[in-house]
Amino acid sequence: MKSAVVTFPASNCDRDMFDALEKITGQTPHRIWHQDCEIPDVDVIALPGGFSFGDYLRCGAMAARSPAIKAIRDHADRGGNVIGVCNGFQVLTEMGLLPGALMRNASLKFVCKTVQLKVENADSTFTNAYGKGDVIDIPVAHHDGNYFADADTLAELEDTGRIAFRYVNSSGEATAEANPNGSQHNIAGIMNKRGNILGMMPHPERLIEDAQGGTDGRGFFESIINTLN
Amino acid sequence: MKARVHITLKNGVLDPQGKAIQHALDALGFEGVDDVRQGKYIELDLAETDRATAEANVEEMCKKLLSNMVIENYAIDIE
Repeated sequence: MKSAVVTFPASNCDRDMFDALEKITGQTPHRIWHQDCEIPDVDVIALPGGFSFGDYLRCGAMAARSPAIKAIRDHADRGGNVIGVCNGFQVLTEMGLLPGALMRNASLKFVCKTVQLKVENADSTFTNAYGKGDVIDIPVAHHDGNYFADADTLAELEDTGRIAFRYVNSSGEATAEANPNGSQHNIAGIMNKRGNILGMMPHPERLIEDAQGGTDGRGFFESIINTLN
Repeated sequence: MKARVHITLKNGVLDPQGKAIQHALDALGFEGVDDVRQGKYIELDLAETDRATAEANVEEMCKKLLSNMVIENYAIDIE
């Protein structure tokens, strides 16, 4: 699987993403700088976590207007896969490639811990290596992960299976206590209508080998490989 | 020509920062603050001298960058 990782000024999870993609796919990803106007033909473009442009104006707002964005949009329009983790999710909503917005955590606090996610849809490009209803551990680390969308958008996401992951407790229940940031419907990750773009606040790239304390994040990357094969 | 832009959260969008400000005001003894909504204020110095053109330009800026139409409204004041 050919991949590319886009780095913006103040991205800080780009090397983790690069490392995870390299280890799991066995191929070295392309490194893309935000000012690059061309991105090689790849199977997946990854927008990593971090605090691009210091979160100025709104999280992801500046990054979503970078020179590299046109190439990312063209890749997505051609049906190419795009993943956005944490700040990358914020960038995808600011680009308008995913609906809704990520707002300040309801607690107003930066949340850094491992949470449980329920795999809500195990048929997608990004989740097929998991089983439907699986509860997996994935770390979160963000200040602005509070997913907001209007009622119609939420209903559409629910009805069309576009919620990939939801914050749950260890029993798989989407309770208020299990919600680290106040996201509506405990939403942790969503997909676009076409199913080739996914954004999520938790960091699967931080849990891909035993040295990191677990491997629950591997399935995310393996799902994409499965789809391409 | 100067443009002043106020960015505010749409009705129905939760504003945890506004809530925290309200609680802090309450803790300081300011009574009777029923609700607080916070936002952004942006000042732009424009070379444009025609008021209508300036307003149209700033409106485009609001739509394309200054506000996120999913969660925010904008109000433009030109002088």
